Amino acid sequence: MTDLELILQTIINSLIFSSFNALFAVGLVLIFGIMQVVNFAHGAIYMVGAFSTWYLYSENGVPFFVAIILSTLLCAALGLFMERVLFRPMRGNLFGGLIVSVGMLFILEVLSVYLFGQGLMKNITPYFRESWHVFGIESITVAHSRLLVFAVATFILGGFWLFMTRTRLGWAMKACAQNPEAAALQGISIGKISMLAMVISAAMAGAGGAVMAPLVRITPHMGSPVLITAFIIMIVGGMGSIEGALIAAFAYSFFHTFVTTYIGGEIATILGLVLMLMFLIVKPTGLMGERESV
Amino acid sequence: MFSRAGRNSAGIAVLLAVVCILPFIVRPYQLDFLIFMFINIILVVSYRLIAITGEFSLSHAVIMGVGGYASALLTLHLPISAWISMPLGGVAAALIAYILSFPLFRMKGFYFLIGSFAAAEAIRLCWVQFINPFGGYRGLRQIPVLEIDLGDFLYIDLGAPVPYYFFALIVGLIFLVIMYRIEHSRFGFVFHAVHHKDMLAQSVGVNARRYRTIAFVTGGFFAGIAGAMVAHYITAINPGLFGLKQMLFILVWVLVGGLGSFAGPILGVVVLSIIDESIRGLNELRPAFYGLILIITMLFLPDGLVSLPDKVMQGVNWLRKREDGDAPNRE
Repeated sequence: MTDLELILQTIINSLIFSSFNALFAVGLVLIFGIMQVVNFAHGAIYMVGAFSTWYLYSENGVPFFVAIILSTLLCAALGLFMERVLFRPMRGNLFGGLIVSVGMLFILEVLSVYLFGQGLMKNITPYFRESWHVFGIESITVAHSRLLVFAVATFILGGFWLFMTRTRLGWAMKACAQNPEAAALQGISIGKISMLAMVISAAMAGAGGAVMAPLVRITPHMGSPVLITAFIIMIVGGMGSIEGALIAAFAYSFFHTFVTTYIGGEIATILGLVLMLMFLIVKPTGLMGERESV
Repeated sequence: MFSRAGRNSAGIAVLLAVVCILPFIVRPYQLDFLIFMFINIILVVSYRLIAITGEFSLSHAVIMGVGGYASALLTLHLPISAWISMPLGGVAAALIAYILSFPLFRMKGFYFLIGSFAAAEAIRLCWVQFINPFGGYRGLRQIPVLEIDLGDFLYIDLGAPVPYYFFALIVGLIFLVIMYRIEHSRFGFVFHAVHHKDMLAQSVGVNARRYRTIAFVTGGFFAGIAGAMVAHYITAINPGLFGLKQMLFILVWVLVGGLGSFAGPILGVVVLSIIDESIRGLNELRPAFYGLILIITMLFLPDGLVSLPDKVMQGVNWLRKREDGDAPNRE
């Protein structure tokens, strides 16, 4: 593999990594924007998505794509439940939502240990076995299951973008994020919008988990590192800003993948965190953040 | 019959007597549990010291770890007694907290929350990454224990549970008194002021950021010593001990107990630890119980367990009013 090929390969890896990170982080940012809740259980929802895909597809022989869709729906239902039971009574309580989401994180992790056991390796026999050789170059390979991550993430994010820019419901959601009181005065039901936002957000995390399931080790704690990455993206992008999150997801993923390829994984995370702190010294509200909360 | 102060001091005396007898009647593993409870009390009260300035930090567990690592490394590599290294561990933790305060206190609210988390995680990953001197995932081992060695006259090995129990008790009590005094000093009043009336405090010339930094560094010092106390008791530490889970437990204890009063976090640690201990048989289900308690408390007792008596009294009064009928309303 020549230098150029390695660079090309790394760029493609970065693209796939960033599409997933963007999908995951946008869900987190959406919830913060609408409800002012930092959802610590977002990683747990991702875990639930991966677990249910594994359970349906590998254990029960449900077709792969049906399993992905069912897992996404399951996570959406989980999101609906969390909004109605946990986050709604906490509205206006600045740290209340965060705390109950931590409680939910504990419960979901324990539930998955209880249902499926901790130590067992949960391998998914890959649905796609072939790889794609970019530009016909033999040494640059992208497994089809990784291409699926990119495709699904792009599809969902594209759909979400259309929803936000083209539909009245999307505008209503944007209005809620910008000024909840004014939105309520215009007859927008904040409760309904919060519910919808939570369903979308949970579905994004769930779909992410479902398509990542064949690529990662499925454990009850698989959500934590992904959540930490999403926090970095969220805060660099500016909390509550979806555009910021997208830009930050690409920047961070490229940085992280390149440092991982050329130096090492742990160093990449440490450097990422340090760079984030340095960035925040210069601009404490993140890339796109305008207001300082509190 | 008795004055309130009299009753309070009588209560404290009884509590102290019970606490002093306790190590001789409980089983050995329960002694461990009590020791960690004392250490956790130091941890949550020091956390409250930071939180009363209005910023919730997610770096406390790692700051605690800094104290543990610093003290352990000092005793492992230098001919220093643990008696000296423990306070130095606290100083190291305070120093790291001071360095972190520069970037962190430029942020507010959720930015601070996540920023402090990220900064802490960076430190923790350094322990994982740099095997020399931090030992990587496996951490540090064979950390010397504390000992009182006065030659032939007196020798106590504080590595044993019963002596360490009293050591943790005494240190805990001293720290509680110190932190209580800090909160009720001029500093403490300013801490409250920069939380509740940030702008007003600044407009009368209080440097809010400076006071937040003071609280952050002071809290870090006590947390660092708590970390050193853990390190020199269990004699082995690793990065996993100071991860996100530990931090979330601190947050749970503080908020379930009630951040509003000094006794709240202590109550949180004691009640939740005892519940945790009594459901020991459930093993891996324990965190779920924690989660459930957390959610129920936030939903029904947003001010924490300390507000339970008030809530009960409110309920009783409400019932009494209903029994009296609506008569007062008709007037």
